[in-house]
Amino acid sequence: MGKVRAVALLSGGLDSTLAVRLLLDQGIEIKALHFYTGFCITEHKRRLGLKREDGQHYVNPALKAAAQLGVPLEIVDISEEYYDIVLNPKFGYGKNVNPCVDCRIFMLKKAKEIMEREGYHFVVTGEVLYQRPMSQTPQRLKLIEREAGLEGYVLRPLSAKVLPPTIPEIKGWVDRSKLLGIKGRSRKVQIELAKRYGLEYEQPAGGCCYLTDETYAARFREAFAVEGKVTREDLVLFAVGRHIRLPSGVKLIVARNEGEVRFLRGFRSRYNYAYRKDGKGTFALIKGDPPEEELQIIADIIARYSKREQCEVCMKVGEREITLIGTPADDSFIERFKIYHKQGVKG
Amino acid sequence: MKLEDIKPDVAHDVTGTFCPVPVAETAKQIKEMKIGQILELIADDPGVVEDIPAWCRSTGQEFLGMYEEDGEYHLFVRKVRELK
Repeated sequence: MGKVRAVALLSGGLDSTLAVRLLLDQGIEIKALHFYTGFCITEHKRRLGLKREDGQHYVNPALKAAAQLGVPLEIVDISEEYYDIVLNPKFGYGKNVNPCVDCRIFMLKKAKEIMEREGYHFVVTGEVLYQRPMSQTPQRLKLIEREAGLEGYVLRPLSAKVLPPTIPEIKGWVDRSKLLGIKGRSRKVQIELAKRYGLEYEQPAGGCCYLTDETYAARFREAFAVEGKVTREDLVLFAVGRHIRLPSGVKLIVARNEGEVRFLRGFRSRYNYAYRKDGKGTFALIKGDPPEEELQIIADIIARYSKREQCEVCMKVGEREITLIGTPADDSFIERFKIYHKQGVKG
Repeated sequence: MKLEDIKPDVAHDVTGTFCPVPVAETAKQIKEMKIGQILELIADDPGVVEDIPAWCRSTGQEFLGMYEEDGEYHLFVRKVRELK
């Protein structure tokens, strides 16, 4: 057989970066695949105009890692199909609305397609046995592989020695003795290795997905309970602003900063909305048609989040354009209607 | 080569999209182009300033440079080899 070639799933975190590095050491040709799900934290932060604490842009960890490893990277856009996975996962959710098992299966299926189409021999991942309780038990790893139609063809270099030999190892394409036997949540060995290789990596490692966020999950579940369904647009909006459910069932999504104001304004054609008239304050989408008695409450909430001062508030509700004087609502009043993960207080 | 002398063969506008979409779009365009041709990518995600050169390094394409005007970034990439 000629050169051994593999496709590798690369999030750009420490584990997937090291997995690729270990195989490059064995002279294996690697093409990295990075999946764009539409739920990426980097994309989301940039969309809102946010920067890191050091004033730098949020970087895409996979691009950085691929450039550092010197391997070609393909960004595989699965965002369209991914909504169905999030809304209807066959194997259920993790702690939040993270459909980790279905997600892995889907990514591996895509990797298999690329592997077969472009003549690669197997698939590499940075998975570590028992690192994640939901998707990284031996049974789950096996199930994920089987469902993807890749049984025996998924090599996990970081945990290979504590997993049954894969076809690339049995056939001698890869030297099993040079692979690792890491298991569990500790990252000590990986951090040590990264130092030895001089690899820089992004923290937190292990993905860039905000479906694991607790407040996001709280909003998802609340919307299902109150509205009976979740739309694709909801999936985007759960990650933005303060979410406030008024007694009538109408929901307000109130921007927290200029980036969010800009972002939410982009939805004006499809929602009712309210904002501080002179532009010196926030903007909120109103999901649903508020009854008369809630219009003043909305104005008061807008005033609260517009420098906490009395101000004129404009609203568009159906065909009506309304202007009211808003008087800042009390935090304790708003708190009763806010939708967020109350232990984690991130919302 | 000075930026003002660059004559792009293809211009592609991805304003309104954010990481990693501009990179995926760059790859799509480059795939369809001939070797030697130049792509001008127009984007408003400020992160492209780092992403596109990094992508060029990892895929072996030539990053010719960029300029910014009113929050719009214009980046120039020459296709040097076929994408793997």
